[in-house]
Amino acid sequence: MQIQDSAIDAQEALIQVAGHGEHGVHGDHGDHAHPDLRTMGLITFLLSESLMFGALFAVYFVMKGRLGQWPPEGTEVELLLPALNTSVLIASSFVIHKGEEAIKKDDVAGMQMWYLITAAMGIFFLGGQVYEYTHLSYGLGTNTFSNCFYLMTGFHGLHVLIGVCMILGVWWRSRQDGHYSSVKHTGIEMAEIYWHFVDVIWIIMFSLIYVLTKLP
Amino acid sequence: MNRTTSLVLVIIAGILGTIFSFWFGLNNHLLPEQASMQAPLVDDLFNVMVVIGTALFILTEGLIVYSMIRFRQPPGDETDGADIEGNLPLEIVWTAIPAVIVIGIGVYSVEVYEDMGGLHLASPPGHMHVQQPESPGTEMAGMDSAAMAAMPPGSAMAATMSADMAKAAPVIPLPEAKEQIASSYYGIGNRLSDEADEIDLTVNVTGMQFAWLFEYPDLGITVGELHLPVGRRVRLQMKAVDVIHSFWVPQFRLKQDVIPGEETRLQFVATLPGTYPVFCAELCGSYHGSMRTQTIVHSDEDYAEWVKTSQVAAKPSKVPMTVAQLSDEEYLAPYAQEIGLNAETLPKPSTRSF
Amino acid sequence: MTQTNPRVIAQPTPPPPEIEEVPSYRMWKWYDYFTFNVDHKLIGIQYIVMGFIFYLVGGAMAIAMRTELRTPDPDFVDPSLYNALLTNHGTVMIFLWVIPTTIGGFGNYFIPLMIGARDMAFPKLNALAFWLNPPAALLLAVSFIYGGAQAGWTSYPPLSEITAPQAQVLWVAALILIGTSSIMGSLNFLVTIWKMRVPSLPLLKMPLFCWSIIAAAVIALIGTPPLTIGLLLLTFDILFGTSFYKPDAGGTVVLYQHLFWFYSHPAVYLMVLPVFGVMSEVIPVYARKPIFGYTAIAYSSLAISFVGLFVWVHHMFTSGTAPWMRMFFTVSTLLVAIPTGVKIFSWVATLWQGKIRYTSAMLFAVGLLSMFVFGGITGVTLAAVPFDLHVHDSYYIVGHFHYVLFGGSVFGIYAGVYHWFPKMTGRFLDERLGKIHFVMTFFGTHLTFLPMHNLGLSGMPRRIAMYDPQFQALNQLCTWGAYLLALSIVPFYFNVIYSWIKGKRSSGNPWNALTLEWTTDSPPMIENWEVLPVVTTGPYDYGKDRQEEVRQTD
Repeated sequence: MQIQDSAIDAQEALIQVAGHGEHGVHGDHGDHAHPDLRTMGLITFLLSESLMFGALFAVYFVMKGRLGQWPPEGTEVELLLPALNTSVLIASSFVIHKGEEAIKKDDVAGMQMWYLITAAMGIFFLGGQVYEYTHLSYGLGTNTFSNCFYLMTGFHGLHVLIGVCMILGVWWRSRQDGHYSSVKHTGIEMAEIYWHFVDVIWIIMFSLIYVLTKLP
Repeated sequence: MNRTTSLVLVIIAGILGTIFSFWFGLNNHLLPEQASMQAPLVDDLFNVMVVIGTALFILTEGLIVYSMIRFRQPPGDETDGADIEGNLPLEIVWTAIPAVIVIGIGVYSVEVYEDMGGLHLASPPGHMHVQQPESPGTEMAGMDSAAMAAMPPGSAMAATMSADMAKAAPVIPLPEAKEQIASSYYGIGNRLSDEADEIDLTVNVTGMQFAWLFEYPDLGITVGELHLPVGRRVRLQMKAVDVIHSFWVPQFRLKQDVIPGEETRLQFVATLPGTYPVFCAELCGSYHGSMRTQTIVHSDEDYAEWVKTSQVAAKPSKVPMTVAQLSDEEYLAPYAQEIGLNAETLPKPSTRSF
Repeated sequence: MTQTNPRVIAQPTPPPPEIEEVPSYRMWKWYDYFTFNVDHKLIGIQYIVMGFIFYLVGGAMAIAMRTELRTPDPDFVDPSLYNALLTNHGTVMIFLWVIPTTIGGFGNYFIPLMIGARDMAFPKLNALAFWLNPPAALLLAVSFIYGGAQAGWTSYPPLSEITAPQAQVLWVAALILIGTSSIMGSLNFLVTIWKMRVPSLPLLKMPLFCWSIIAAAVIALIGTPPLTIGLLLLTFDILFGTSFYKPDAGGTVVLYQHLFWFYSHPAVYLMVLPVFGVMSEVIPVYARKPIFGYTAIAYSSLAISFVGLFVWVHHMFTSGTAPWMRMFFTVSTLLVAIPTGVKIFSWVATLWQGKIRYTSAMLFAVGLLSMFVFGGITGVTLAAVPFDLHVHDSYYIVGHFHYVLFGGSVFGIYAGVYHWFPKMTGRFLDERLGKIHFVMTFFGTHLTFLPMHNLGLSGMPRRIAMYDPQFQALNQLCTWGAYLLALSIVPFYFNVIYSWIKGKRSSGNPWNALTLEWTTDSPPMIENWEVLPVVTTGPYDYGKDRQEEVRQTD
């Protein structure tokens, strides 16, 4: 092993050393430019996170398998409002994508608009869920179906909430001039990826809890 | 030391190691006496694994110790060792040989497991929501409701706690609560004859904190110790009323968890008269360690004697300290059974045993 | 900056290393170690020191339990407290000692150094991951106000739902915090190793420690989420009246066991794989030989983590497990023995024709090897269902996994500390104390854990505070062994504390090792190198007739 001193390396290193001597904090390193790492980290995280939902789905099937009638009498689900909710959430995935397209054209205002709309749709979804919770005749502890129902939709709702916060955070930051641009918008991208993830999970969950239970 | 000498030494060491492995494998006396039909099967498997394990152990540890001594740094020699990065044939060999060994052990294990009756359950596990099938010679109704009545104390507490949290919605009772409980039989079956269903004696075993309860549905006996006739096909139908327990008689080499809400079974033949301990092997609370009793394997005459005296003296005193923990229904269960006894159920095991 | 030549060929004595003081602005102050600092080396030290503190805590619990088990009767601690001790002994040793020390500690400290990075990919996330651990420990401590979680580290319902439920909830909260920390750390490692290697370091030239961390990180990322869900459902059952694990209301207790073991069996590999990595670093350096079968060892780590995902039911062989499952998981479990064997044999072959330097690190590494052979063989016996039915939940299991986790993981941590202490602190540990420490630990381990196999085979269940008097003699032997083990840490802790302050100064590369972490000063400066190193040789090219490297100094 050997350390080679190319002139460029040395220069970069010196700049860095000076910088760190003064501030003692880590910034981007001159040696390595890694603009994509945050996105990669997020995707790794979401792969892991998806297994959480995978486990919940497995639990759902086990619980379903233990009961002859699923959902048991008296704990049926409504379909109308959730279907509306679902379409809003799915539509929001397209809306948020418009936002990313906008920033790729350096259209910050457009991005802000699309992201705010997405956030509003997310909030609508959450509101719908709260409405649903308060108007059902059964609670969390009623039976194993209601256990699964509240826990799964609630857990997903938590993710929607986090997604809305991320989107609003992006919007808040974007108000600063030049924070995002067509070449520098990792935060926007991450919020979008996360939102798509939440969306895909919901589609599976909606099919399991609402659609399949309605089928004869 | 020239090449031939070392070769000879290696061969001698190999032969001695092999001999020792076989001797140790077959004479290890690590396991307690064999008192069930399954025990010799398990022990044979264990002994084979001990032979292989000892040989591998001697080989590997021998190589380690030899290398440690032979290849230690010569005093003052600061140079590096030989430049060997690998050896493909050697690596293939030490991947392939363990692979062959473990596959062999795997096949042998499956075979032993089948011989033990593991793959031939009298009532194979069905779908979980299927109603409990009727099995001959089981008068489980009394125990069933008793087991259900004995809710774990914690769930009552949890329910209270949840009352605040959950909404004040009317709690809708589960329509088919009964069917969910005790509908699958896991455990070890019995393959003495082709008719695996033929059972001489059925005992309902209940595990509870911190005692075992053995109920002989056909004899109207409920006791705290397990009495078995030697050489008879026995089925234990096991339930837990509170938490998970695990029924273990080391001399039988059999263990099966006793699980709340799911019946498990052990089927075996006790082969050696004597008194053996019964342990609970799954952590079940503070006094888990004291949840032990004994199983007494009788000769036919002794067993008949015991049945006679027990039936006469079927008194609560036969039931150990657990009485305090029993609900009324549970407490009464054996008597209900006794009243329910009829000519059909009674003679069946008796004729065989007497 | 002065670099010493990492390897000396045909040179009777290495040149006396020149030790230069690193300018103080390139080093952290002592109080920085108590702050939210994002430097990977500092975080590594934080993890290791935390780990060694909790090693004492978990060890104290073990000693209390062994003292209880001197006699068959419960006469030393209350049986409930005994159960709380065994639960928290397991929890602390796994989640606050072995995993944080190996992955969090060695991983954070050495992964960037080994791959030529200046830090981890996400330094802030890294610091956050560490700082989730102390609150978790605090929760465990607080749980003792409510009697402590008493259902074993496995915490099977219904027992865990009805025994000290408040403590159980705190225990769950602690585990979820640690699990989150583990996920954060793992994705950080994966991204770092994947993206931040120096350009001259291809994946298959990485030190094997990096490979083992990859394997461990994958396991953590796959296993932790289902465990979290399992624990979450447990909490909901306790607090909010759900009935996932309540059989009388439609739930099933076996479901928890699946969710738990889906993580917790791989967690065993989580504890062992990084230590395998440490072995692969330590053995070639002191045997002065290239590692035997680099590729095989690297891929066997991945094979272990992959196969390890499909073996979890072997913890449930006596539970409500269908016959086909018992068969399938017998075979899958047996398969793990193959890649593990590959590793063991490769290390033994690395010793062959080496010139072994018996430093304390090497002693512990060879000690690990001999222990692990035994633990591995007993592990194979346990995979066979018919035999496992007999010894499941008996002391045989306790003996087996302590050979693997104490004789394996803990020995590996010791080896790593003796090996890397000069790198981390710039000072040597005292070798004589190290050897005393080794001898005591080696014999203590056998004395404590070997008789447990006999106990289990002859019928003693595990997790019991009171036992059949026939087992007393062997139990007393175990207890004496445990006391010896407790004593064995005295020379070690003394050694570490003393040497950290006053030990002999070390050069950048005291062992003449070839991996990248030895190309910088000891301890490395903030940001690790003035100029990033360039990889010109493999990580284990000992004894090779390489071109004499010309090391330029600036």
